[in-house]
Amino acid sequence: MQTLNPGDTATVRRIVSELKGRPGPLLEVLHAVQAALGFVPAAAVPLVADGLNLSRAEVHGVVTFYHFFRDSPAGKHTISLCQAEACQSRGAGALADHARTRLGVDFHGTTPDGRFTLEPIYCLGNCACSPAAMIDGRLHGRVTPERFDALIADEAQRP
Amino acid sequence: MTVRVYVPGDAGATSVGADETARAIAQEAARRGAPAVELIRNGSRGAYWLEPLVEVTTPAGRIAYGPVAASDVPGLFAADFLNGGKHPLLLGPPESLAWFAGQQRLTFERVGIVDPASVADYVAHGGYEGLTRALSMTGAQVVQAITTSGLRGRGGAAFPTGIKWKTVLDQASAQKYVTCNADEGDSGTFSDRMLMEGDPFTLIEGMTIAGVAVGATQGYVYLRAEYPHAHRALRTAIAAAYQAHYLGPDVAGSGKRFDLEVRLGAGAYICGEETSMLESLEGKRGEVRVRPPLPAIKGLFGQPTIVNNVVTLASVPWIMVHGAEAYANFGTGKSRGTLPIQLAGNIKRGGLVERAFGLSLRELLYDYGGGSASGRPIRAVQVGGPLGAYVPASQFDTAVDYEALSGIGALLGHGGIVVFDDTVDMARMARYAMEFCAIESCGKCTPCRIGSTRGVEVIDRILAGTDGERNVKLLEELCDTMVQGSLCGLGGMAPFPVQSALKHFREDFRARTRQ
Repeated sequence: MQTLNPGDTATVRRIVSELKGRPGPLLEVLHAVQAALGFVPAAAVPLVADGLNLSRAEVHGVVTFYHFFRDSPAGKHTISLCQAEACQSRGAGALADHARTRLGVDFHGTTPDGRFTLEPIYCLGNCACSPAAMIDGRLHGRVTPERFDALIADEAQRP
Repeated sequence: MTVRVYVPGDAGATSVGADETARAIAQEAARRGAPAVELIRNGSRGAYWLEPLVEVTTPAGRIAYGPVAASDVPGLFAADFLNGGKHPLLLGPPESLAWFAGQQRLTFERVGIVDPASVADYVAHGGYEGLTRALSMTGAQVVQAITTSGLRGRGGAAFPTGIKWKTVLDQASAQKYVTCNADEGDSGTFSDRMLMEGDPFTLIEGMTIAGVAVGATQGYVYLRAEYPHAHRALRTAIAAAYQAHYLGPDVAGSGKRFDLEVRLGAGAYICGEETSMLESLEGKRGEVRVRPPLPAIKGLFGQPTIVNNVVTLASVPWIMVHGAEAYANFGTGKSRGTLPIQLAGNIKRGGLVERAFGLSLRELLYDYGGGSASGRPIRAVQVGGPLGAYVPASQFDTAVDYEALSGIGALLGHGGIVVFDDTVDMARMARYAMEFCAIESCGKCTPCRIGSTRGVEVIDRILAGTDGERNVKLLEELCDTMVQGSLCGLGGMAPFPVQSALKHFREDFRARTRQ
């Protein structure tokens, strides 16, 4: 297990001490850690466990239960493609195939240049404008393969 | 003089360009100087094929234009749209559109109309009248009103809300909770999201009424992480409600306390199941609890807890203002009141239709929805999310109410309807139902955890032409085991889409040469 650098260790400790007084704080803590570090490093688990008076197994169990928490960093941009029924009815499958080919990675993969991570997601609540995608927290509707390429090009321009 | 222009800030509207449209309007207005434009980012009215739907306030009322792309904006200014000028995108007063004319918007009466960030606007549109009413009554009277209204849980289980509240009211406990299930994970549903983004104070007021009625001082909204826009809208509204003393130690000067905060989920569909949601709120793995005890008796942190869906709680203020009987006058049989129905997927006019229970699927699909978006015949609709049955075209005359749908082996769930045209492969959809269950199973019980994985394998064998008939029979038996043996609705209902696909679309379960 890699160790955390001193800066990240301090960040995790600060988050835990800020939130530990709240009722049922573990999810809140993990959200804050992921927001600060981009993922929940395995090396953060003992720090969180210690700070919240939980076992490492309990914390590890929660981290791995939820799809949202990552154990490794994502690419610069995260693209989530909805794969649920309403989006399937409007071509989500073909869009996913296009995205895989275009980026050269499968779901859960990150492009070799570290720019894009491709994730499946199950419903973004945009079912009347399907197929839907979310890129870095921004929702997009009626995403055709052409529109997907344009969105990727836009994101690639950003620093 | 200032002209008010409404451009929805709703996530669905922004997904098709509403932010760019709003920016273009601000820029063009600044370039032209007069008149000054005040931009309001309202919720969506739910006519998503018209988004971005822009409205301007004129002496004759609000006038709508749509769908307005950023590139349309200079032309709209040139056509004097700030005064309701003629333009190819002019729709007229939004209420006059056929889409809205037949709707009965009670719970959604303010969505798309008010500024979702403003307590003052909310109050100006009748907000907090329900709380005022509730504060003048005893807790038992409020609970009785909810019982009389016939309101049932809109999240899917359709349990009578008043009975749940009465159970919590009757518990002697120093600490009780009101929790809102905003883990709207069913594909084809977005009414919770629209309400939280478009009129969050209605949810806050509903939760406050619940808290005051049963003696709960703390509320939590459990919101899915996939809804960052709703998260921002709720946090803004909760902060504003605290500032205006509608939340906190002295709710509306009553001397009663009610605190409210939003807790984020983390991408687990199962956390929409109420006991799993409570585990998650406690910071644990979202594994379902064995009932009893009921959450109303031993819920969050072991205390008596109301668990209600967003739309259920957001229906409470209307009931308090207009009376339980007024609400119960809508609907049919045991399905009282209205339901915000969501039309989704392959549909020409997708969006939100709030109507009294009892209209037919056909009316929704063709009168409101205008048929499929692809122009091909509609072959099937899935009602009630990924655990809901597929309904064939021959059953489209079924009424949308809890009992009528269960009468044909379907379920209403959270009121989402996903439309598929005749290119759909129903065996693939059945396979997906099992696959989804396997991905999202919490793992606690075997029929769900193992059954769903075996279900995918059996369907794969059928599609590969391996012992087709024997495997279809095996699939039917597996579905039966899951329905009978699972601990909660995920494993217990995931077979419904599979069974309905087998029943109505058997011809799709044949060997494929190649996929």
